[in-house]
Amino acid sequence: MSELLRLTQIRKSYGIGTPIETEVLHGIDLVMQQQEFAALIGPSGSGKSTLLNIIGLLEPATQGAISMQGKAINYTDEKTLTQQRAANLGFVFQFHHLLPAFSAIENVMMPRLINGMSVTGAARTEAEALLDAVGLKKAMNKKTSELSGGMQQRVAIARALSLKPALVLADEPTGNLDTQTSDEIFKLLRRFNTEFNTAFLIVTHDPRLAARCDRIVELVDGNIATDRVNPAH
Amino acid sequence: MKFEFTLAWRFLREGRFQSALIIIGVAVGVAVVIYISALILGLQANTINRTLGAQAHIVIKPLDETVRNVLPPGTTLATIQPKAQRLRSVDNWQVLMPALAADPDVVAVSPMASGAAIAIRGEANRAIVLFGVELDRYDRIVELSTKLTRGSFRLNAGEVMIGTELAKDLGVDVGDRLRVLTTTANDQFQISGIVDLGSRDLNRRALYLPMRTAQNLLGIPGGATNIDIRVRDIFSADGVAKRLQSVGLVNAESWMQTNGQLLNALQAQGVSTTIIRVFVSIVVMLGIASVLVVSVVQKRKEIGILRAIGASRGQMTRVFLLQGALVGFVGSTLGGMLAALLVAAFSALVTNSAGQPLFQIEIEPSLLISSCLIATVCGTLAAVAPALRASKLDPAQAIRV
Ligand SMILES: Nc1ncnc2c1ncn2[C@@H]1O[C@H](COP(=O)(O)OP(=O)(O)OP(=O)(O)O)[C@@H](O)[C@H]1O
Ligand SMILES: [Mg+2]
Repeated sequence: MSELLRLTQIRKSYGIGTPIETEVLHGIDLVMQQQEFAALIGPSGSGKSTLLNIIGLLEPATQGAISMQGKAINYTDEKTLTQQRAANLGFVFQFHHLLPAFSAIENVMMPRLINGMSVTGAARTEAEALLDAVGLKKAMNKKTSELSGGMQQRVAIARALSLKPALVLADEPTGNLDTQTSDEIFKLLRRFNTEFNTAFLIVTHDPRLAARCDRIVELVDGNIATDRVNPAH
Repeated sequence: MKFEFTLAWRFLREGRFQSALIIIGVAVGVAVVIYISALILGLQANTINRTLGAQAHIVIKPLDETVRNVLPPGTTLATIQPKAQRLRSVDNWQVLMPALAADPDVVAVSPMASGAAIAIRGEANRAIVLFGVELDRYDRIVELSTKLTRGSFRLNAGEVMIGTELAKDLGVDVGDRLRVLTTTANDQFQISGIVDLGSRDLNRRALYLPMRTAQNLLGIPGGATNIDIRVRDIFSADGVAKRLQSVGLVNAESWMQTNGQLLNALQAQGVSTTIIRVFVSIVVMLGIASVLVVSVVQKRKEIGILRAIGASRGQMTRVFLLQGALVGFVGSTLGGMLAALLVAAFSALVTNSAGQPLFQIEIEPSLLISSCLIATVCGTLAAVAPALRASKLDPAQAIRV
């Protein structure tokens, strides 16, 4: 297994230069290997989403260094950030965050469209296969606003995987779903993990689901409190 | 650009009501501009036609005869008076004609023998102006044939055509005879046609006759008192006249010199149209900009998602610039159709007592195309500020609910 991601002494403050300046992350060190399937747990406000956004290159850390696949990330270089996001990262957010004006399959192919890749022929077949894998073959031409919460989250997962990224970041992907649907979603993530060799970092509040990951990282008050390999695996 | 086009189009379609309103706004604005431009152009063409009537764009006249001071220098015994201009022919006019016709801006050239005379019919007599012309050539200068009201358009030997008012004053009609008297000769003619030259004054005094006959009556055999010229673009007449004057020994006068006041009025109208265009453009641009600013705020989340899944700042900028361009383009296309309807309505509703349009208005294709282009460019410019806002949006902020 080779290294996918390395965070060194990541600090993050909000409201810098204002009276309400607060440090949310206090020097995080984290290394992830390719194909890892890890859970990120911790109390509300402990900084999980913040950490995920920093790893996802959506916001810069205040201090510290990130490297991906051995390459240091330069936060001032907007262009490579965008390229990295497009090529190596997939996102699944708590509130699905799909594009309501587009159909399920269009949402899944959106990363291809953004990257100027073909969205017809083989590409479309592939997207259909992905939607089939998440059990949405029948609903693929529906507007995502017409789909149920669980279905929307499946579309979001299919979209995150459409360019076969090395790492998918999922922020409470089952946060507002019932237990049965949550289980199914989790199974899907696991399946893509083995099928596409994609690494996952999944934020969850559900200990049951965390227990099904290979590794569990616990964040408390902006520090990594525990980081252990799941003994069940 | 496929991504940008797809997104721009979908965003517009998604904000159906807003998009429809602003596109209608653009359409109305563009329709007003096109309609007013066409109306003013038609009005101007009509005014020029009426005022110029049977006047050529450029008239070549003989050089003024100047009086030389024959007294030895230093003596100031007498004041020098300009010599009274007698009827003279343009020197070498037969040689001059092809040279003038060769000018690229000149479309027609026609010689004329013109001078004062008196028309007599029974007891009645009127002071008139003889226009001795070669009818075919002359028709190309002022389209005299379109001004014929009665009789036929021809000038055989012994035939004349006269203005409507003159016919009334002398109590004559087509087929009647009249006598023409000059200082040197007199002769009898038959009226072949009656023309309406658009101006009361001209209609009262004009008598057209074959050039050769006029030369004889006026005592300038073989001579031409002036050469009439028609140019391609009526508003270039002044420049062409100056150019002709600078190369040859001629005295060229354009309609613009002789109708200064008309020209000023036309220019004032032109300025007004420009002002209307500028203000309509500004209003339309503000409208587009405000709709897009609202759209950027509404689409915050979508923009954040798109950025998170790999869209660049430049791509987001272009998505919104394209929306501006699309609104401008679609709106102006509809506006062009609306203007065509307005023009058709105008032609149908604003008519004279005979039920014919008061004057002709046409929408030139070039006006349509330029309006479309300008609206598209304006739409794009209006979208610059919203587009920059969209590109600066922080994806992390937008995604945190
Ligand atoms: N943009 C911001 N400006 C100021 N403070 C922020 C901002 N974003 C997050 N915070 C603060 O940072 C801390 C960590 O927030 P974060 O969202 O990362 O927590 P979390 O672990 O994801 O919590 P939850 O489980 O509730 O999602 C919180 O105290 C939050 O108030
Ligand atoms: Mg969170």
